[in-house]
Amino acid sequence: METPAAPDAAPAVVLRGITKRYPGVVANSDINISVQRGHVHAIVGENGAGKSTLMKTLYGMHKPDEGEIEIDGVPVTFSSPADAIKAGIGMVHQHFMLADNLTVLENIVLGAEPRRGLRLDKKTARAKIMQISDAYGLDLEPDVLVEELGVGDRQRVEICKVLFRGAKILILDEPTAVLVPQEVDELFGNLRDLKAEGLTVLFISHKLDEVLAVSDEITVIRRGTTVGSADPKTTSARALAELMVGSQLPVPELRESTVTDVEQLKIEGLSLHGSDGRAVLDDINLTIHRGEIVGIGGVEGNGQAELVEAILGLRPIAGGKITLAGVDITTWHTRPRREAGIGYIPEDRHRQGLLLDAPLWENRILGHQTERPNVRGPFLDIPAAKKDTRRIVEEYDVRTPGIDVTAGSLSGGNQQKLIVGREMSGSPAVLIASHPTRGVDVGAQAAIWDHLRNARAAGLAVLLISADLDELIGMSDTLHVILRGRFVAQVDPRTVTPVELGAAMTGARS
Amino acid sequence: MRDRVNQLLLGLVAVLVALLVALGITAIVLEVTHHSAWNTYKQMYTFGTNASNIAGAINAATTYYLSAVAVAIGFRMNLFNIGVDGQYQIAALLAAAFGGAVALPSGLHQVAIILVAMLVGSAWAGIVGLLKVTRGVSEVISSIMLNFIATAVIAYLFVPGKLGHLTSESLATTPIKSSGQVGGISLIPHSTVKVYGLIFLAVAVGVGFQFLISRTRFGFDLRATGRSASAAQASGVNVKRMVLVAMLLSGAVAGLVNMPVLLGEAHNYSLSTPSGIGFTGIAIALLGRNNPVGIAFAALLWGFLDT
Repeated sequence: METPAAPDAAPAVVLRGITKRYPGVVANSDINISVQRGHVHAIVGENGAGKSTLMKTLYGMHKPDEGEIEIDGVPVTFSSPADAIKAGIGMVHQHFMLADNLTVLENIVLGAEPRRGLRLDKKTARAKIMQISDAYGLDLEPDVLVEELGVGDRQRVEICKVLFRGAKILILDEPTAVLVPQEVDELFGNLRDLKAEGLTVLFISHKLDEVLAVSDEITVIRRGTTVGSADPKTTSARALAELMVGSQLPVPELRESTVTDVEQLKIEGLSLHGSDGRAVLDDINLTIHRGEIVGIGGVEGNGQAELVEAILGLRPIAGGKITLAGVDITTWHTRPRREAGIGYIPEDRHRQGLLLDAPLWENRILGHQTERPNVRGPFLDIPAAKKDTRRIVEEYDVRTPGIDVTAGSLSGGNQQKLIVGREMSGSPAVLIASHPTRGVDVGAQAAIWDHLRNARAAGLAVLLISADLDELIGMSDTLHVILRGRFVAQVDPRTVTPVELGAAMTGARS
Repeated sequence: MRDRVNQLLLGLVAVLVALLVALGITAIVLEVTHHSAWNTYKQMYTFGTNASNIAGAINAATTYYLSAVAVAIGFRMNLFNIGVDGQYQIAALLAAAFGGAVALPSGLHQVAIILVAMLVGSAWAGIVGLLKVTRGVSEVISSIMLNFIATAVIAYLFVPGKLGHLTSESLATTPIKSSGQVGGISLIPHSTVKVYGLIFLAVAVGVGFQFLISRTRFGFDLRATGRSASAAQASGVNVKRMVLVAMLLSGAVAGLVNMPVLLGEAHNYSLSTPSGIGFTGIAIALLGRNNPVGIAFAALLWGFLDT
């Protein structure tokens, strides 16, 4: 969908028919976008929809296989980011590229130093940085070491860095992913200042409410191509999300109850002490039946992570008993527990769920090193593991060029789908799902909910921990509230509202 | 598949470029100090293509290879075993003393000596592993310190009256009888130097290492622990036991380092038993990227340059 160009000026950026193929996949096909000067133009899409590939094309990090780029009405071809920078394009990456042990000033000028003879002309640099900082409200202190700065400050340093190089068009790749809400507001303030000065901003995101709050125009990308554009004044987050996913937006809900009276996981009187001897969990009693999803609501850090690790045997407990399908597993080590059918979707997938440097098929084996099809006796069955990895990639819609790429090269949502697929394989008895849809987009979120529902119908017992209250209420058969290591309330997920649940979590209601 | 070939080629090119750069820099140094670089390299070539020298280089490489594999086992799970040096030396002394003291039928005799060496190396490395899993001591520090302790223990045991005997020109352990020796093989034609028979042991260790690492459950656990200890633990690996087992394995291979020389040539532990091979092994393991095949090439290169 090409937006009509304003009659008085050529658009700042025009992308026409951009197609980029990677071996095995088409990352972008026939993308058409036109960005007006002085606009904040949002590009939204699911994880892996091809937003980042497109921005890399615009920033000269690779050449498109087909299509044209025009900057201010002039056709250009970039063979490196240096060309793009010359044309006035600047990119602020999702992960900051700053040297911690240098000052703000040094980081900003690095690679584009104003010189006097052979020496760095700090005076000129400082004047220019302060001028940029004042003009756009970046509020920078040039002589502070970057290592002393918070995330929001670092991002402003990155923005200043590209402005210092004369950028008139800024690409921000998921800039809010690392920010807390207050910092997001500050960033949006900065963006409005940039806009007021006539700069153009390309804002990549999948957080729809933010997109609606800050942008002047929105382009939606789905499966590598532009599927539509929207005016943020007239559209809603829901309509946008449906455009992104390409279908009706799913909601977390359970239909008929599948809860049986077979106790699958039973925890009695569990207590656990922190390293300082303080009780982190105190007398936790919990039963999950076959076909039941038990949710645990709570502000993070109230013992949820410890409960999960105690169930998995990753943390020594101080007292209590854990029974899996009638067998006392309290003293078991992690491996036999997992062999007995405890599946685990970890809260931090990079730390506990994946080997980022290892190929996908090795990650398929992780956590299931003793089970078929991955092994035969003491030996790995590599062909079978690879075949099963292909099955997971297929069934769980993991978007990847192949199973030999490393897990670290997948987007977060696709990593999560791989983990969910892996943990659902081999018919688990209990699934510990810790924030199963954190950091994934709506499409993947709906797919993960579907898989949980299907597994529940097939008799799986699920422990669900989530910070997303809608998910927690919608997906749970039974819902406990945890506060300071104790279950303080049990609420009925059919009647409770997010507001009431939130109040119970903070202890406002006794 | 194509990617893998490309990767391999890329790795080879990197090593070749490093070699060429090294040759270039030494050439400049030689020329600056008024020596002919051309002549030097020509002499190196003539020397290197001499049959006996090739056999010598292969022998040196055999020893280096074992040392580097011992180091690589640790590296594969992020353990920096700097103690290979102490492990192999103490293993060499005790295995030599054991071999000289017992009389066993041929076949059994060699196997017994090799087993003793592996056990001693393992035990010495096991101290490092135990300290790490029980007290959290960094293996780098404890293994370096154990190198010094090994030297002191050897100095204490290897004296006349204990394990050593004064011979006409040196101090040595009782020679191992012919039943415990492994004869050399004439691998290189026209060479007066025979290649150590235990080169096959080194090859077997290399093949075994590769198989263990890439094809077995244990190897997967080991690599997983090296890549991310937290993910490995969540997957059910007993990380502490893994650290201990990896150290024991590394130490067992370290114990083998001096065996080709002991059983094939020297037949005793003496003052001329080589030292410092454990450190060479670190460099070779890194050069060979902890890959058994890569290490073989790196060890041959090192052996050649050393001879």
